[in-house]
Amino acid sequence: MTAATVSVRKKARPYYLSLIGLAITLVFVSPYAVMLLDALRPAHDVLASPPSFLPREWQWNTFGTVLSDSRFLNWLKTSLLVAISSTAIVLAAAVPAAYFTARFRFPGRTAFLLAVLVTQMFSPTSLVVGLYRQFFDLTMVNTYASIIITNAAFNLAFAIWILQGFFASIPREVEEAAHLDGCGRARTLWHVMLPLTLPGLVTTVIFTFIAAWNEYVVALTLMSDDSKKPLTVGINSYVTGYQQHWDELFAASLIAVVPVVILFALIEKHLVGGLTAGSVK
Amino acid sequence: MTDQLEKAGPVTTGTGPRRRSKRTETGYASGLSAIPWLIVPVLLIAGVVVYPAIALVQASLSEYSITGLRKGSAGFGNYTDILSHDDLWTVLANTGIWVVVVVALTILIGLGLAQFMAKDFYGRTVMRWAIIIPWAASLVITARLFTLILDYEHGVLNQLLVTLHLIGEPIDFLGDDTWVMPAMIGVGVFVSLPFTAYVLLAGLNAIPADIVEAARVDGASPRKIYWHITLPLLRPALLVASVLNLIYVFNSFPLIYTLNDRNPGFSHDTSITYSYKLAFKAAERSVGMSAAMGVLNVLLILVVVLVYLRIIRWREVTQG
Repeated sequence: MTAATVSVRKKARPYYLSLIGLAITLVFVSPYAVMLLDALRPAHDVLASPPSFLPREWQWNTFGTVLSDSRFLNWLKTSLLVAISSTAIVLAAAVPAAYFTARFRFPGRTAFLLAVLVTQMFSPTSLVVGLYRQFFDLTMVNTYASIIITNAAFNLAFAIWILQGFFASIPREVEEAAHLDGCGRARTLWHVMLPLTLPGLVTTVIFTFIAAWNEYVVALTLMSDDSKKPLTVGINSYVTGYQQHWDELFAASLIAVVPVVILFALIEKHLVGGLTAGSVK
Repeated sequence: MTDQLEKAGPVTTGTGPRRRSKRTETGYASGLSAIPWLIVPVLLIAGVVVYPAIALVQASLSEYSITGLRKGSAGFGNYTDILSHDDLWTVLANTGIWVVVVVALTILIGLGLAQFMAKDFYGRTVMRWAIIIPWAASLVITARLFTLILDYEHGVLNQLLVTLHLIGEPIDFLGDDTWVMPAMIGVGVFVSLPFTAYVLLAGLNAIPADIVEAARVDGASPRKIYWHITLPLLRPALLVASVLNLIYVFNSFPLIYTLNDRNPGFSHDTSITYSYKLAFKAAERSVGMSAAMGVLNVLLILVVVLVYLRIIRWREVTQG
């Protein structure tokens, strides 16, 4: 929490800020409000000309149809499994690496950070052919492990870079104090540094989860078994050249947003924590 | 370099907390001691990024039949074909405009948004949840949604603008040459903002309140505090947000591919969609040329990022 927020809290919260906030909310929500309205009208009404803002004919059962579709539930399960596992792997790999690079000068440090950054520059789109060949040789095509590992690797760079910045911003005095109190390196990291970098950790979790949740190209190529596809790939079968279930596609897309918003709501307050405040004194 | 960072930081303003030694006994390590801390990331990156990247380079040096079977080595033939291709310069110009405009707008608006999100007001939580949605929704689907919204005949945006008498005639946002790029840029900024705003918000929240408080007590104006304390301390977050945006916007595939679907040729393509179309859509249908373009793309973004890091003097940040 910055000093600015503290000072605002002392006064009454001004209403004009709420009005600006409402305007911003509308800008971000309105395309998805269109999506919701399109989920609530028959598919032929979606492409009607001229378009109507509200459905000409309300169709209330779309969400029920999608939620009772066993294929959709399978895709949802895959997406959850892949996103949660990838995020766990990224955290386990990135936290030690980021801490070490932030705190120590060692030969190859700059090279390591640059190499990590360069890996982020390869778009999965251009690497997917090589990935397919590699996982095929390992007989891992069509396995959850293949896309979990791939997602973890492609999101590591972000995690290491952002956590490295957060670790570096914590004054060394904090760590030295813990050190003097008899904490070892690992315990200092776990009990002192991690709580202080909570905003960075939360950013990393949200970012990795969302990136894995929305990954498309790799899953499209590596998962051929319909029941093992994640949502991003699976729901496209609602609108193909043969069947145009726009209502179901959009309903499914909106449902797919829900887990992310729930995760976000659960951990978002830690972004605002300002836990480093006061620790410097 | 560490000294330069200190200069940018609050210490020389005389208001920050006292800092003792910059270098402590914890500051140096030998190369070997790095192994246990770095081994997992190195293995993951080597296995999943480096190996397929080598395969990409091999493909770019090979000749393929029209059905995609490898016929043998092509030397640098694919590269010379790409570099003499008529559309290359159009595509590179599009890529430049797309990346620079989207990233610049995203960082500027994102900074304002983050600043606003850090304030306290009724409805703040709802706004924060709303802002996450474009990020939480799949890009492929958002792109399809916007092709509907921006449509000339069926689109609600045209309907809305005409109803409000802001325009007389519907605009063909995704077909009219003057509008395609601005429309794609608008959607590009829209979907990049949530990530950017949250990285910057996290950066703002990591700034110790007492530093800002101390400056205020010393009588610094809000503008001075912003320029001399907030922005310098926000540098790591700004660095992460801008570098990653450069990379993601450059590599952005679904938006351009989907929104630009109707237009013939490569007139509004960036180098990423160009590379894809070379393999699957163009008259040539060349896997080798597509791979060569893929390699050039990586080199291009590498140069862009290195030049950017040079400009903003990244050493200060990585050695902070």
